[in-house]
Amino acid sequence: MQRETLTVTQLNNRIKGLLDMDPMLADVSVRGELSNYRIYPSGHHYFTLKDSESSLRCVMFKSSASKLRFRPESGMGVTAYGRVSVYPRDGAYQLYCSALVPEGTGDLQIAFEQLKAKLAAEGLFDPSYKKPLPEFPERIAIVTSSVGAAVHDMIRILGHRWPMTKVVLLPVRVQGVEAPPEIAGAIRYANAHHVADLIITGRGGGSIEDLWAFNDERVARAIFASEIPVISAVGHEPDVTIADYVADRRASTPSNAAEIAVPDWHEMRESLESYEIRSRQAIAKKLTQCAQNLDALRGKRVLRDPAVYIDDRRIELDHMRDRLAAAQDRQLAEKKQRFVKLGSALDAMSPLRVLTRGYSITEDRDGQPVRSVQELAAGDHVRILFRDGRADCRVENIEES
Amino acid sequence: MAEKKPSFEQALERLDEIVRHLEKGDLPLSQSLSLFEEGTKLLTVCSKMLDEAEQKVVKLRKGADGEPEELPFEDEA
Repeated sequence: MQRETLTVTQLNNRIKGLLDMDPMLADVSVRGELSNYRIYPSGHHYFTLKDSESSLRCVMFKSSASKLRFRPESGMGVTAYGRVSVYPRDGAYQLYCSALVPEGTGDLQIAFEQLKAKLAAEGLFDPSYKKPLPEFPERIAIVTSSVGAAVHDMIRILGHRWPMTKVVLLPVRVQGVEAPPEIAGAIRYANAHHVADLIITGRGGGSIEDLWAFNDERVARAIFASEIPVISAVGHEPDVTIADYVADRRASTPSNAAEIAVPDWHEMRESLESYEIRSRQAIAKKLTQCAQNLDALRGKRVLRDPAVYIDDRRIELDHMRDRLAAAQDRQLAEKKQRFVKLGSALDAMSPLRVLTRGYSITEDRDGQPVRSVQELAAGDHVRILFRDGRADCRVENIEES
Repeated sequence: MAEKKPSFEQALERLDEIVRHLEKGDLPLSQSLSLFEEGTKLLTVCSKMLDEAEQKVVKLRKGADGEPEELPFEDEA
């Protein structure tokens, strides 16, 4: 039997034909560990899948690679989906990979963790960036789907709790590839046009895929950049999305977001009532206090019985009068004493006093005292006054000394 | 938003201030009474705001000039 000699190309193509005929190899899933993972500038991904004994060359073209929701890395356990065929140029069979799913966790979970780590490292979740929510928002922008239970729950609860707030709905799609740019765009639009002082963005519950838009980096960055405080409200209680980490406040559900966003009308009624009670009490206390002060004043005798005041004054007046009289008496006594003193001084000066000491006074005929012998002539009649009487005498002789 | 009419928030803030002042009790009676009167008015205003508030819901659409256009929000569910 003559052996046919083939060219390399012919042989490789024959092998390729054999493999391509196998239906099992046309749609295979294979589990292994990624190694030597490289992304070429062309956008195609090249890697090797291996286990403890064997390895398999793999390629993932750009079109498939762009659908990856996580970043594959060497060492990662994965399940690869695709077809096995031969690359004739190298004479090597390989897996033409159409999808990669991380082992253990879903690919979405990996993507979530990766984005979370990245944004956390950038500081997007930092509490210092969290803005306080307005206590009484005047306008709330709701960025969500205009259909479905979530939007209606929010509007109903907002209206029930705080009807004063105007609700501005910015309708967006909340799932599918268009959702992230629409949500991010609506948040930016709300900021650019100041349509509200609070934003709620979110959607009702669903699978992790349904909620995926809120794990999108564009949405996260739009929330972070928002000047208007944002409440995230995605899915149900256990669902936590990247949006929840970035938002200024996370609500567990859309209904919960509405509860967080506005105060409760009924509670506010109560607190208004308490203000009313407090101000009434305060003013009542003030009035009581003033009344008490007034009573205390009224208690004084002066006001209670004016006659008493007058009586008191009358007594006071009597006392004054007494004091005045006493003063007057004292003054009179003093004057009298002084008079007596003066009298005795005067007495001491009296000529009569002189006479008692043995002197005498000579008077002429007219009763004038004679002070000099020159006033006299011999033969004149004079009268000499003594202490105890007088003697009429005639001048015999005059002699000047 | 009207300038003259205080917002609920402003009214409430003032009310709180008034009640605190009154409770301190160190103001002259005439001043206390005028504060009390102001507080009572504010209470009425706040209560009225609460009683009369009617929720407004609009849907926002980007107008031709890029400015927001408000449309009534109808139940689309």
